[in-house]
Amino acid sequence: MRLIRDSLGAFTGSDTGADRVVPPTGFTASLTLFAAGAMAFLAVFALALSLAAGRLATSWGEELARASTLRISAPAGQQAQQTEAALRLLAQTPGVASARALSEDEQQALLEPWFGPDLPLADLPVPQLIEIIEEGEGFDGAGLRLRLQAEVPGAVLDDHTRWRRPLVAAASKLRLLGAVSILLIAGAVAAMVTLAANAALAANAQVIAVLRLVGATDGFIARAFVRRFTLRALGGAAAGALVASGALLLMPSAGETAGFLTGLSFVGWHWIFPLLVPLLTAAVAFAATAIAARRVLGDLR
Amino acid sequence: MQLRRGSGTTGHLFYRGRAGVIELDNVAYSYGGGELLSGLTLRLAPGSFHFLTGPSGSGKTTLLKLCYGALVPTAGHARLFGEDVRRMDRDAIALSRRRIGVVHQDCQFLDHLSVAENVALPLTVAGEGGQELEQNLIELMTWVGLKSRADALPPELSGGERQRAALARAVIMSPEVILADEPTGNVDWEMSQRLLRLLVELNRMGKTILIATHDLGLIRSAKSQVQARVLRISNRKLQSAGADL
Ligand SMILES: Nc1ncnc2c1ncn2[C@@H]1O[C@H](COP(=O)(O)OP(=O)(O)OP(=O)(O)O)[C@@H](O)[C@H]1O
Ligand SMILES: [Mg+2]
Repeated sequence: MRLIRDSLGAFTGSDTGADRVVPPTGFTASLTLFAAGAMAFLAVFALALSLAAGRLATSWGEELARASTLRISAPAGQQAQQTEAALRLLAQTPGVASARALSEDEQQALLEPWFGPDLPLADLPVPQLIEIIEEGEGFDGAGLRLRLQAEVPGAVLDDHTRWRRPLVAAASKLRLLGAVSILLIAGAVAAMVTLAANAALAANAQVIAVLRLVGATDGFIARAFVRRFTLRALGGAAAGALVASGALLLMPSAGETAGFLTGLSFVGWHWIFPLLVPLLTAAVAFAATAIAARRVLGDLR
Repeated sequence: MQLRRGSGTTGHLFYRGRAGVIELDNVAYSYGGGELLSGLTLRLAPGSFHFLTGPSGSGKTTLLKLCYGALVPTAGHARLFGEDVRRMDRDAIALSRRRIGVVHQDCQFLDHLSVAENVALPLTVAGEGGQELEQNLIELMTWVGLKSRADALPPELSGGERQRAALARAVIMSPEVILADEPTGNVDWEMSQRLLRLLVELNRMGKTILIATHDLGLIRSAKSQVQARVLRISNRKLQSAGADL
């Protein structure tokens, strides 16, 4: 009689008992698990891609675009005077936060890789460099060029933006594409779980009939299916997210100068996103199964 | 044997004075072809004991399904505990099922659960449990002679064992009404007498009983124990069977 007692004990009151009224489904269960895992894996990568692209867009957009240089190559006698004129002009230009002539040492350091440490900078006609830090929307490049042409004939403005702008735009697009991918993955999870739940409900029409015969409400029947699919999606997605996170951790890192490909891993608190992926997958599965169950149970009188 | 007293007694106050616990009022039913039942009226007064007979295919099972809300009449009204089935949603039907124990003609078990779990299924779906009910389950399994088969799976049972398990499941919630479709179709005389005694005892506790059966011997032995009315489906309607029974 112990077995009766145990089975009844496990059967009444506890959640697992209510779950057991729906027969186990080995094969489709593994399919759901696998699909949830694969989707979570893809979602984590899409997230990483999106976040990395976002970081790139931000750093290129802000750091690089905000530091332009002005090069002054004037005959030896006029170099200092033109530099002064250029700094004065820049100080009055809207969008310029600060402008600073590089010291001889700094220029020496910049040229060292090419000419070695013993370059006699003072004796050579090396142009003077002025570093410009922008603020707000930045300065009007064309307008500044016109004024420089008039007042500082030896000045050449290099504002980088010509080549950088499309890259920043591409990085922003990439971030958007990543976000769209995540939405599509969530939609695919919902569709997949709906199909699986519909199939399970249809396959168990006889079980549902018996449950109704003994007084089961739609809520009770739906819960048995919903709990099962939610847990399955949670388990599969946790595994998928774990594998994807591990793969990202193993990506070679190239430090500060990292390019896009090496900077794909999550940074700091962003690691919370791969943790959220299984929870969101479970939430999507919960909603999809609940809706499917409501519809199927409504059709099956 | 002690069975739990039903808790839903307030319902009685509502319908006792004027009508039956289950009423079919001028009911017709057709599965899509011609009418199988028409202009049929039936009142199951609280505590009454009815037998339902009729040739095979005359609509006994169909009539029972109308009585527990599994089918909705194509014309007329079916009322469960005073409420029109047509106005009840699925949850209301489900809740009324907890007050109506049904022995289905082909039993209907969950084949992946043990016999004991199947008998306890009405408790599970109602979210009930506990020591007292557990003791009831064991007593009930003993009473229908299935104690040693408690851990078997339903497909492993004989036809008679299945029917006894189905009856045990129908009465475990101590429902106010018990509708049994051929509950003794596959059991020997002695067992059918035991099952009948269980039903008679439930009737003495105030339960309303309706049994569809071909077994005239069963009806005769019941009539020696309780006041039972015998109804026959004939010509798509119900008639009182003759006094020869
Ligand atoms: N779901 C259904 N769809 C169509 N016809 C049905 C359905 N169920 C039963 N029938 C038909 O309705 C008639 C009555 O069936 P029912 O099961 O009520 O008879 P019964 O009196 O219980 O017979 P038996 O004594 O053999 O159990 C039969 O002709 C049967 O074929
Ligand atoms: Mg029948």
